[in-house]
Amino acid sequence: MIQTFFNPEIIAASWPIVRAGLWNTVLLSLLVVPLGLGGGLILALLASAKNPAVRWPLMAWVDFFRAFPPLVLLILLFAGLPFAGLELGGFTCVAVAFFLNTGAYYGEILRAGIDSVPAGQIEAARSTGLSRLQTMAYVVLPQAVRNVLPDLLSNTLEVVKLTSLGSVVAVPELLYQARQAQSITYSPTPIVVAAAIYFLMLWPVVRLLSRLENRALAGR
Amino acid sequence: MSSWDRFTDTFFNTKVMLKYLPDILSGVVVTIELALLIVVTGIAAGLALALLRSLGIRPLNWLIIFVVDLFRSLPPLVVIVLIYFGLPSVDLSPSGFVSTWLSLAFVLMAFSEEIFWAGITSVAKGQWEAARSTGLSFGQTLMSVVLPQALRLTIPPLTNRTIAITKGTALGTVVAVTEILGQASSAMSNSYNPSPLMMGAAAYIVLFFPVVVAARWVETKFAWKR
Repeated sequence: MIQTFFNPEIIAASWPIVRAGLWNTVLLSLLVVPLGLGGGLILALLASAKNPAVRWPLMAWVDFFRAFPPLVLLILLFAGLPFAGLELGGFTCVAVAFFLNTGAYYGEILRAGIDSVPAGQIEAARSTGLSRLQTMAYVVLPQAVRNVLPDLLSNTLEVVKLTSLGSVVAVPELLYQARQAQSITYSPTPIVVAAAIYFLMLWPVVRLLSRLENRALAGR
Repeated sequence: MSSWDRFTDTFFNTKVMLKYLPDILSGVVVTIELALLIVVTGIAAGLALALLRSLGIRPLNWLIIFVVDLFRSLPPLVVIVLIYFGLPSVDLSPSGFVSTWLSLAFVLMAFSEEIFWAGITSVAKGQWEAARSTGLSFGQTLMSVVLPQALRLTIPPLTNRTIAITKGTALGTVVAVTEILGQASSAMSNSYNPSPLMMGAAAYIVLFFPVVVAARWVETKFAWKR
């Protein structure tokens, strides 16, 4: 059992490959989280216009991406677009797919946050002479973000986990590298190592989230 | 040929679409089977764990928390790959279908346990005490007093999470499950044409979009009035 799944020699031999993957997963996360947050912020700000002609199409946009599996989106970009003469490469496809998919999720969360700020505050801020933009930036958004912080964090956790999809389009992130190492060594040990790395990296976030969620419920 | 014709001929080629329609439909059946299995077993297991946890047996609770945390922190694709490529080394060879089902059911179990548990703990302690003091047993209190209130609270987060995880059936492609994406990809490489992929994408929308809209409705219906 230990020889198969936790073989020390194989761990040592495959470590450079797996480590490169870990590094790429961190870099990829640092790219796609701000990208998704940015996309989500744009969606949420547009939706806060309260104009039904803007709000409904945005809601449909968000629901579309909630219904559409991110892997299908990724394959569509990676394998479908070349037929239209557009070859983006695995990395760019991941970036675009995440911008669309996680942007929709972040957008939904931020919209709920913005909606949670009472209208009276906006009126008060505007009547003190703040512009629309200033009201949004200094009054609404800080409270909105605070109100939905657990959801934002939980979505960010999902986004980091989702970077493992990059392995399907040959982005050399943690899972991809581990599978490479697995096929070289004929041993599942590298995949176990990758799983252990994901767990150690994300466990603290899961713990924190579960505390925040319990506190939110207890506060009702 | 105009560029528009060329576009439709490439991405919405009727001949290719008709030829591979049966494959995509069989993929739809596999996706639905897989999704239903995951939802039923995952949520049942999650509820069972939450109920076990409410018994308050310390070492058991630590174990439950560890398992839940484990499947909340591992990417589903990693779990699938681990089961599919790892277990054959100990002479267990689950099929791609079984690997995907087990993996996503474990993940849904973890998330739903957490949600059910949060729901159970949200019911005020005084209600437990009041119910117990009227002579209800522990089981009766749980079933007739606590769960009805707890479940109501859990429905919005649970529907969201369930949709997100059942969409993950597409990950089965990686371990050769013949669900929609798998069928669409192989049809695409057989026909050198992306139309089957477009059909597959459309199939996902047809399957999941109504669920998402229904979930939105359920969310507002069950939302707690603050």
